[in-house]
Amino acid sequence: MKVTAKDVSYVADLANLELNEEERQRMVRDLNSILDYIDLLNELDTSSVQPMAQVSDQYAVDQLEQHSHRFAYAMREDIKEGLRKSLPHDVALQNTPESDGTFFKVPKVIER
Amino acid sequence: MQDRKVTASALAEAFYAKIQKDDPQIGAYLILSGERALEQAGRIDQLATRGETLPPLGGVPIGIKDVLSTRGVRTTAGSKILGNYVPSYDCTAVSRLEAAGAILLGKLNCDEFAMGSSNENSAWHPVRNPRDPTRVPGGSSGGSAAAVAADLAVATLGSDTGGSIRQPASFCGVVGLMPTYGRVSRYGLVAFASSLDHIGPLTKTVKDAAIVLRTIAGRDPMDSTSADLPVPDYVAELQKPVQGLKIGVAKEYLGEGLDPEVRNAVEAAIQKLEKLGCKIVEISLPHTKYAIPTYYIIATAEASSNLARFDGVRYGYRARDARTLSEMYRRTRDEGFGAEVKRRIMLGTYALSAGYYDAYYLKAQKVRTLITRDFEQAFNKVDAIVTPTCPTPAFKLGEKAGDPLAMYLADIYTVTADLAGIPGISVPCGQTRDKLPVGLQILGRHFDEATILRVAHAYEQAATPSA
Repeated sequence: MKVTAKDVSYVADLANLELNEEERQRMVRDLNSILDYIDLLNELDTSSVQPMAQVSDQYAVDQLEQHSHRFAYAMREDIKEGLRKSLPHDVALQNTPESDGTFFKVPKVIER
Repeated sequence: MQDRKVTASALAEAFYAKIQKDDPQIGAYLILSGERALEQAGRIDQLATRGETLPPLGGVPIGIKDVLSTRGVRTTAGSKILGNYVPSYDCTAVSRLEAAGAILLGKLNCDEFAMGSSNENSAWHPVRNPRDPTRVPGGSSGGSAAAVAADLAVATLGSDTGGSIRQPASFCGVVGLMPTYGRVSRYGLVAFASSLDHIGPLTKTVKDAAIVLRTIAGRDPMDSTSADLPVPDYVAELQKPVQGLKIGVAKEYLGEGLDPEVRNAVEAAIQKLEKLGCKIVEISLPHTKYAIPTYYIIATAEASSNLARFDGVRYGYRARDARTLSEMYRRTRDEGFGAEVKRRIMLGTYALSAGYYDAYYLKAQKVRTLITRDFEQAFNKVDAIVTPTCPTPAFKLGEKAGDPLAMYLADIYTVTADLAGIPGISVPCGQTRDKLPVGLQILGRHFDEATILRVAHAYEQAATPSA
């Protein structure tokens, strides 16, 4: 078994999830079943293969000029004002569960 | 409408009446945007009254998947955590459709954060397949496909990260197009996996899909991944002949796990393309079987990062009475996310965590290169590739809900195109004995939507008995 209850606790912690006992048990089972399937990838020798993080990467790697120019993603001059005006204060705050009218409010971060 | 035989307002009202009557049995819509729709319809009617030429989509009623942001209209992404979220800006694809005169009827149901293949992961309610209400419509754009199939919108927008436009289109018997990565701006799309997310149309006909794509495609300064390329007139391109086009058939897509009735329908479609003058070429895409594991590492890793923003501070749901900030984050996310979303956040976080990054995430990125190369090599020999869209027709509600892996395998023929960033379309190709629709998938080269639309259109015309 790849993933233990301890691993689930550790990962839940990283992901800012709590998970109840039942969810944790289910997670151990599901993650192990999915990761077993993912082991299929180990059949492949990828030691000399470049990783691909974006669709455009592939073209840079293979240096296919006639294709790579097509992926000339979005370089632009800096614009002082930004592409769109900043949201007014009240609009930026309209969806927050709690605010004091100027700031987002959250529970205490540091105990005194 | 131009001749003032029917008004845009009357048409919108007629669609709302049909939604009121039929949608309770289907569940396609989550939120109706009546005020916005009737305002827009009023503008179109005024143009017609003044005798002005209407814009190309003047008065056309559309629906959009609820992962697309709409100013002043609630946008939930099918999730409790965004249950009361009202965006302050519009998604570019939607703005472009409205600028062309389309009328937004409302927001369509989907799997939570577009994660699922059956629409059963919606936090609100499932969607039923209009062709058989005991079956799922597919996912994650299940509402978008069902609405078109049930005539509750003329066209809809969906999003596709692993097959979420093409698979539900196949299950509901409609056309679904995923454009090339970068062809359509994603500004305003609630992000799931940023290197894989696409926006595209679901429609009744291939021509309608071409019309919508022509409207939404093209560079948008608000999305740095949108490509700066001219947009062809996809509708005019449909008229070009298909004779002599080389169509690849990959044996990896016709192997084990394929439903025999789906196989028959797809093989018949391939014969039809041959009759139309296409040259059928056998090809191999040897890394196909690695696509699902590759996808579920990359998509979940990116999702774990994208979904970190839902913390109960700036928008959306917040758990009550937490004593500390950390407790508030955890309980907000625990109460706000559904089971599948949590599972994917956990898998993605695990794959990115110290000690596992190379074994899982980096490995998957390398296999992604191999899958993309398969397509590159194939497209040196052929102009398009045809496959089944899905291994089976629509399955029953609840059939796969308890088994995440079985659900993931529903996307086995669609995830490859998302990983490679190439365009794909699903077009109806007959039905099974139980009258369930089957979809034919046509894949093309990067930014060559014109060719796959052309092949799909020629097939559709040949397959539809002329009236």
